[in-house]
Amino acid sequence: MIEQLLFWVFAILTCGAAVAVVATQNVVRMAFWLIVSLGSVSALFFLLHADFLGAAQLLIYVGGTVVLLVFGVMLTASGPSVLIKTSPAEAFVGAGVGLLLLCVLLFSVTSVEWNDIESRLPTRNASPAVVDSRRSASAEVGVVDAAGSPELGAAAKSQAALMARTQAGRTVRQLGLGFLGLRPDRDLRSDGTRNSPANGNLASGYLLPFEIVSIHLLVVLVGAAYLARAKRRAAVGSSADL
Amino acid sequence: MGSVGLEAYLTVGAILFVCGVVCMATKRNAIGVLMGVELVLNGANINFVAFSRFTPLGLDGQSFALFVVVLAAAEAAVALAIALNFYNNHTTIDVDRGNELHG
Repeated sequence: MIEQLLFWVFAILTCGAAVAVVATQNVVRMAFWLIVSLGSVSALFFLLHADFLGAAQLLIYVGGTVVLLVFGVMLTASGPSVLIKTSPAEAFVGAGVGLLLLCVLLFSVTSVEWNDIESRLPTRNASPAVVDSRRSASAEVGVVDAAGSPELGAAAKSQAALMARTQAGRTVRQLGLGFLGLRPDRDLRSDGTRNSPANGNLASGYLLPFEIVSIHLLVVLVGAAYLARAKRRAAVGSSADL
Repeated sequence: MGSVGLEAYLTVGAILFVCGVVCMATKRNAIGVLMGVELVLNGANINFVAFSRFTPLGLDGQSFALFVVVLAAAEAAVALAIALNFYNNHTTIDVDRGNELHG
């Protein structure tokens, strides 16, 4: 139920802010609504159990790309800059909201039992695949009971195991292994069979796209820095000098 | 009441996509057009991650979405460099003024 409420809050924020980006005429306000929209999209990613992607969205989009866009807006501003002052009423409201946020953070910090973390970590001697398959076996029983169908092939069982592992929200390790070229979520199944080079059906990972994107980023950043270097601005009406 | 389904997330992605396309088509400020591009890419990302969660697509959807995020950041950097050059040459950021091919 709380998932529905959170989804509706963030979905309305996302769509409303996107409409506001289109509707606003002032480009600086468009940047602000874009920040709201992208932050809400990050919250939707967390609701979809993509924890690493949600954090990466916040870091890269809100913390990088939108800041870059605001730089671009400021560097290409055509009018004279306006003096902005905060009225006392706005300062009061801002301080109130800040205090509320501090209360929320303090409450969440003090209400968690930090000493119980040790018991919830996976055991160190068992390999992650075994522990995950044990956990996913119990989740898979839940899936079978909910679905109620008596014949579940091996493929459906592996899909259930995969979804159970992904639903746990711990995607960082699997994403990292995928970018290194290993796909344990496809290659290791809960019924004990696995792909191998001997079988010839090892699932391919994302190592090549990862390397390509790394080189791409390097080239793009060097190119953008060169393109945007400080040059003499062409003055209007001085074509006689050319 | 059931939990949130796939169609709800796809609807959010569609709304973001349409807002981005309208923004790209109607804004005269070049930076505004770039913001439309970001909205389009985020709409596609929501689609990817929603399918990754609700169908057997699995981790492939999230990997694609990560690639999209990284490539979108790179493209925003280059597009901004081009916009800055345009501004330096024409002293305006209005895309309607870019109707001559010589610099």
